[in-house]
Amino acid sequence: MEIVIAIAIGLLVATGLYLILREQTFSVILGLTLLSYAVNLLIFASGRLAVDAPPLALDQSLRQSDPLPQALVLTAIVISFGMTAYLAALALRAMGDVGSDRIDGNEEDRP
Amino acid sequence: MMHLPIMPILVPLIAAIACMAAGSLAMQRRLSFAAALAMFPVAIFLLASAASDNILVYVLGSWPAPFGIILVADRLSALMVTLSTLLAALVLCDAAGGGTDAGGRHFHALFQFQIAGINGAFLTGDLFNLFVFFEILLLASYGLLAHGHGREKARASLAYVVLNLSASVLFLIAVALLYGTLGTLNLADMARAFGRIPAGSEALAGTAVTLLFIVFALKAALLPLCLWLPRVYSAASAPVAALFAIMTKVGIYCILRMSTTLFTEAPAAAGSVSAWLMPLAIGTVVIGAIGVLASGRLAMIIANLVVVSTGVLLVAIATGTVEATAAGLYYLPHTTLATAAFFLLAAWIGRQRGEVGDALVAGPALPEAAATGTLYLILAVTVSGMPPFSGFIGKLMVLQSIRDTAAGPWAWVAILASGLVAMLVLARTASLFFWEPRAEAGTPIVARSAWQGTAILLLVLAGPLLAAAASPLADYALATARQLHAGAAYGAAVFGAEAGSEFRRPQ
Repeated sequence: MEIVIAIAIGLLVATGLYLILREQTFSVILGLTLLSYAVNLLIFASGRLAVDAPPLALDQSLRQSDPLPQALVLTAIVISFGMTAYLAALALRAMGDVGSDRIDGNEEDRP
Repeated sequence: MMHLPIMPILVPLIAAIACMAAGSLAMQRRLSFAAALAMFPVAIFLLASAASDNILVYVLGSWPAPFGIILVADRLSALMVTLSTLLAALVLCDAAGGGTDAGGRHFHALFQFQIAGINGAFLTGDLFNLFVFFEILLLASYGLLAHGHGREKARASLAYVVLNLSASVLFLIAVALLYGTLGTLNLADMARAFGRIPAGSEALAGTAVTLLFIVFALKAALLPLCLWLPRVYSAASAPVAALFAIMTKVGIYCILRMSTTLFTEAPAAAGSVSAWLMPLAIGTVVIGAIGVLASGRLAMIIANLVVVSTGVLLVAIATGTVEATAAGLYYLPHTTLATAAFFLLAAWIGRQRGEVGDALVAGPALPEAAATGTLYLILAVTVSGMPPFSGFIGKLMVLQSIRDTAAGPWAWVAILASGLVAMLVLARTASLFFWEPRAEAGTPIVARSAWQGTAILLLVLAGPLLAAAASPLADYALATARQLHAGAAYGAAVFGAEAGSEFRRPQ
């Protein structure tokens, strides 16, 4: 269980990092989205991973999982969703104002 | 009175929502001004309550700490909220008077959201809540930065947003690691938990602390992470840049809070960070001074002076003594108000110079050169740290407090040299603007606005006023520094009279 989550987080971070270093705005947005997925998984895992353990104290004899990280993840998901939407809108406007899809706003200067 | 600590967040938040609902610009202005004025009694009550060494704790939903979210108003928080209230009201006068708020539909709503986020960051006693308030103030700042049109604005805001979103990712990683190792995100509870980190988790906690520091260093614009600031601040419209002057101070507030409240019981946990802070702070002063020399516009010079002031403040914080922190706390309001005033004055001068704007080239003669020049002179003297205004007193206090430390001589050289550079560059700019105008150019007529003039005048006068009130302010700063470094009062206030909660999450 832990190893699967760890590999998933690692893959997401690696892909995200690669993408935010690209020059196209679109890749950067995708990269930030993947990074935020990775972070959400990490926050979730910070409450310790447990199978078949509800985050509710319904019955004291059952195992429970920590509900707080799940609440934190929910907040983080909403925030990153809003931020991504804003960034996409901003990138579109920058396309219009600057006339280039490059993240630094410079004209294409590839050979 | 019981709900006082949450008012600095609620008032702007309600005003922001009302502004979005309000149709006309005139209505939005009225609502926004009403909120800015309503904040004054709140800030004064907070300050009065904090001045008696009383730490107000507001427990949202009555969930006892450390389970619920809390707001804590100690001396430092009250000081910062008062500063943001003062700055917001004056900047709002300038924005409404100069017509900046007419450049788009939601200026006032974004402005109030930003104030709510800034005040929330100053008041919260919970790390995840701090993240949420950071996002509120950042999202509002993204909107404000992109407010109005322009190629430079679009380029600057894209870079700014991507940078801050990456920082948010780091912040969340730090939060997750800290929750995983400490089992709590309440600042007072974390301070206790740092003393008893389970064996084997020290490295994780250390990594988290370093990540957290990187995030705050980016907000504060500390050396390797300060290069974004001049471009963003000089691209923003003047009132927005003036408001942003307090955003770097949010980062500095967080570093100060982290290095005092969070590590009162386990100073060793801050180890790797505190070793780096002093050299980086000195480096920030140097790179800011170089930036001042290399600037081609007045707004760019001021943006680089913001970087210099970050360096000076962090030199004081890195020293870590009560006297140094007190000096930093006197310097902080001074530099916020002075740089904000300078951004507004630069835009005012730029508008009167017509096409050349605030670029450092000979341009048309200024109408009312004597009045504008006097304001410029007062600000230049204040900002560069010449006597007799607040910049001099603040820098003197900082220099005196670091005299006997190992890094003292280096910091002295950097701070004094940066003051000299600032003075030289500002004097050269003044001679370009006021003494060498191209005679043939026609003088553009600028519609005057009493609101805008008053806002700039009041902000400029902050320098002399802070100098005149230096003694009570320094006393307050010293008491604040004592309260911060004593530390125990914060935890005691949060957990109430009973001994600390010993709750630990079942592993």
